[in-house]
Amino acid sequence: MEHEVEQTYDIMEVCLLAGKIMLQSGGETYRVEDTMMRIAASYGIEKTHSYVTPTGIIFSAEGTEPTKTKLIRISERSTDLKKVAMVNSVSRRISSGEVSMEQALTQLKEIDALNVTFPLRIQVAAAALASGCFMIMFNGEWNDFIPAVISGGAGYYGFVHFHRFVPIKFFSEFLASFVIGLLSLVFVQMGVGHQLDKIIIGSVMTLVPGLLVTNAIRDLMAGHLVSGLSKGAEAFLTAFAIGAGIAVVLSFL
Amino acid sequence: MTILSQLITSFFATGAFGIIFNAPKESLVKCGLIGMGGWLIYYLLEDYLDNPIVATLAATIFIAVLSQELAKFYKTPVIIFSVAGIIPLVPGGLAYDAMRNFVENDYNSAIALAAKVLMLAGSIAFGLVFSEVINQVVRKINQHKIRLKNPL
Repeated sequence: MEHEVEQTYDIMEVCLLAGKIMLQSGGETYRVEDTMMRIAASYGIEKTHSYVTPTGIIFSAEGTEPTKTKLIRISERSTDLKKVAMVNSVSRRISSGEVSMEQALTQLKEIDALNVTFPLRIQVAAAALASGCFMIMFNGEWNDFIPAVISGGAGYYGFVHFHRFVPIKFFSEFLASFVIGLLSLVFVQMGVGHQLDKIIIGSVMTLVPGLLVTNAIRDLMAGHLVSGLSKGAEAFLTAFAIGAGIAVVLSFL
Repeated sequence: MTILSQLITSFFATGAFGIIFNAPKESLVKCGLIGMGGWLIYYLLEDYLDNPIVATLAATIFIAVLSQELAKFYKTPVIIFSVAGIIPLVPGGLAYDAMRNFVENDYNSAIALAAKVLMLAGSIAFGLVFSEVINQVVRKINQHKIRLKNPL
């Protein structure tokens, strides 16, 4: 009995760690719930309940003993699809019975500690390229390409750095979009850029919470009401920060 | 010529977003191609029908169904392929416009734009859900066929 209780707690720890990594890396709500349920089922806990919101996971396991519940708090969220894929493959291997519980726990801990992101230089280069391309896709002119590339890259670089100094997402987004607006305005005033709106929209696309808005509505449709609403609130805050940053610049006009 | 430049830019933009979202290296080109296909559908339909909502819906269904097939084939989460592909369709520019009007105290146009953003985001979400439903129906039909072939 004593042994069984301990084992249930270990299984729950594996489930929660997998769920935590997935949620922090931008996995969808239903995928997080599904993964935790599958892991628990393949280790022998048939009845589990999970409550997943963007800021925390509550997970409880029913069995012969009294029901046990654990809570885990999520404070940092980003998009890191590689980690989602890694946790997914661990959970697949658990379901097929290839990995024991101890192995799974160490593997998940390794994934959690791992930093698999692309180097900052490449990320900034990608953001710059994306900004230029988006400017063209929104029917901009090719002669605005270079200004959009520079202001988009600078904005993203600024966003990452401001976020290190002040860990408030709202503020770093505000500053980043301020930088983008200022640079675009300078380019247009200097005569290098031509259409201020197109340059700004293209450059701002790397910060815009488009994915959050879509995920929010998708969660709402799937019945995850709380996480849908809170993702929507986060998206609204981000959009407001970006709009405010640009508006400060536009008030110089 | 316009279409060619749209194709090239959408390929690079989607691939670059794959890098920002830290998608696995080997899937970046596939992300780019999915994004390119989706954007082509959106661009042509929007031009032809003059209705961004229908165009977005069609492009999203294309992206989501393709991503699901790829995800099954490579045994990875769907989100890896679909997220980057959807980014060009997301009404980020409109959301920015809406917010800018809000901050500039032009509430009437801001609310109109915000409603548009909501409709477009809703059509993307609907496309994603719809393709999932298609996927499940196909799977159920296949299971049913197998059961009919080997009755116990």
